[in-house]
Amino acid sequence: MNIESTLPGYLEQSDAVRARFDRIRQREIILEVRNLGKHYSSAQGDVEALRDINFKVHRREFICVLGPSGCGKSTLVRTLAGLEKHSSGKVLLDGKPVLGPGQDRGMVFQGYSLFPWLTVKKNVMFGPEMNGRDHDEAERDARLWLDLVGLDKFADAYPHQLSGGMRQRVAIARALVNQPRILLMDEPFGALDAMTRAKMQTHLLDIWRNIDITVLFITHDLDEAIFLADRILVLKAHPGEVQEVIEVPVPRPRSAASLSSPEFRATKARLEELIHPAAAQESEEDQVVKPHMIRFTNVTDNVE
Amino acid sequence: MGNIFRWFVPRSGKAARQRSFLGICSFLLPLLVWCLVSYVPFIWHPKILVVDPGGVDYFQVGMLVDKSVFRDELANMQLQHLGVPHGEPANPIYLPAPHQVAKAFYTAFTTEPEQKDGPWLHESLWHSVKIIFWGFVISSLFGVPLGILSGTYSIFGRLSEPFIEFFRYLPAPAFGALAVAVLGIYDGPKIAIIVIGTFFQQVLIVANTTRKLDTTILEAALTLGTRRISLLTRVVVPAILPDLYRDQRILLGWAWTYLIVAELIGTSTGITWFITQQARYQHFDNVYAAIMMIGILGFGTDLLLAKLGRRLFPWDRSLDRT
Ligand SMILES: Nc1ncnc2c1ncn2[C@@H]1O[C@H](COP(=O)(O)OP(=O)(O)O)[C@@H](O)[C@H]1O
Ligand SMILES: [Mg+2]
Repeated sequence: MNIESTLPGYLEQSDAVRARFDRIRQREIILEVRNLGKHYSSAQGDVEALRDINFKVHRREFICVLGPSGCGKSTLVRTLAGLEKHSSGKVLLDGKPVLGPGQDRGMVFQGYSLFPWLTVKKNVMFGPEMNGRDHDEAERDARLWLDLVGLDKFADAYPHQLSGGMRQRVAIARALVNQPRILLMDEPFGALDAMTRAKMQTHLLDIWRNIDITVLFITHDLDEAIFLADRILVLKAHPGEVQEVIEVPVPRPRSAASLSSPEFRATKARLEELIHPAAAQESEEDQVVKPHMIRFTNVTDNVE
Repeated sequence: MGNIFRWFVPRSGKAARQRSFLGICSFLLPLLVWCLVSYVPFIWHPKILVVDPGGVDYFQVGMLVDKSVFRDELANMQLQHLGVPHGEPANPIYLPAPHQVAKAFYTAFTTEPEQKDGPWLHESLWHSVKIIFWGFVISSLFGVPLGILSGTYSIFGRLSEPFIEFFRYLPAPAFGALAVAVLGIYDGPKIAIIVIGTFFQQVLIVANTTRKLDTTILEAALTLGTRRISLLTRVVVPAILPDLYRDQRILLGWAWTYLIVAELIGTSTGITWFITQQARYQHFDNVYAAIMMIGILGFGTDLLLAKLGRRLFPWDRSLDRT
């Protein structure tokens, strides 16, 4: 194809983009992961979920972790959150080892994680109250953050009365009100419809632009990763290893138009190269699940 | 036809009117069967109520005799050309007709006890309610916290549940004699039987409910900075509360079923005492009325609690479906 041949390489960066990356590299390191490894021992045997992961995240950087399903993305982010113990290596937050979950790392889950018995406002107040803030202070903070995600009108609603997108907004506000050093997000928009997801992505970038927060965002969606990230950590499966770290050359600020920019398409082409060979191989599931198609309709009754 | 089949579509009975109609029917149908058996002479009526004894010397007015006996005596009298007995088909004494039981609902409360210082019906009922209440409260006081702990921390669960699994197969009434020896003959052993009958199921059911709690909720709380004790009090307990409430309703029903056995232990009291007394005097209409009162009390409490639950937990989605 003609267009493909005229694409710039994904490694080519405009001056503005390169200058931006230089600035990022000069900021202090928030999170450092050194030789991280993780084994699960289950009844079916030993699974090596992560092997020798190394990366650093600078302050106010937006990192995406991309990989096919089952490659250990959730394991990685849960280890960083302190919800899983790692088998080897180190996780350092501001130079201090991570020993367990704590409010210095906010987390947004893919599934439904709001407390259903609390109103939206009380959900957001939960973190500050757990960390010893008094009620009035917590309420003031909650109002502020709800306003920021645009849900101040729903402060007294219960989570079940909200749409999926609104729930994730509340989850983001609930994580940010604790003023964590880093926001960990495990496929937070995976369950949303395409339109809501696009809106939420833009909204997340808006938030990130305006507050001092570093984001580590898990996704299996190539477009989402390129649209959001400064750098993309591409994982491969069995065991989960870093395949490549890509600096996204798409300039900021990004908008819907960025999706068709040459830099975007070049990056996507590279990601497809990385992810696709893995997908082309028969996965474990494909080896077991083999559909045997039988024709149930009349031979003359064709749809194609 | 289509209209009829619509009623059988599973889980489609959403329309409130249709649901309450079916609910009423589920009570009317058994009542209808009872009415048929009671009022339609040829359906069952295995006895004859003697209206006029005729020449039979041992027949009396109002006596119930078997149909075959009556037929034999009738043939006898005709042979001997004596006065023939007259009678009408009747049901046995232990199956009173609906209107008799309905009347008993009122008269049981207004008739004086057979013994001078015996309790009136309402006093007996109140006594039973107190036994249930204390049995259930004492069981819950220990069972609910232990269940929640077992469900939350596996060390508690592993330590307590195997024994409880074993113990719950021991029938509570079997402890009756023991309870009397330890707690005397009055209310103590009765409450103890209800506690034994409820407690062990309670621990297991509550532990199970607690274990079903979505781990994402717990993990979210942990990442927000929740520490051990607050995880239990601020997350686990409120999260399971609606399910716990539902469990407690079921367990309260369970406690009711132990009531009669419990009240037979030591000196018989409460509604059980009333029932056994009335049965002794063959006042079966009163017996049925008393049995139904237990049902009405239990079912009524449950309906009330269900209504209350909907107010207490407005955020609980599973209530919409019940
Ligand atoms: N609790 C667990 N016990 C055993 N194996 C697990 C557990 N959690 C995840 N795994 C395995 O680790 C691998 C990575 O899982 P996960 O991190 O959930 O992948 P992803 O989030 O990328 O889809 C998978 O092969 C999965 O089967
Ligand atoms: Mg995952």
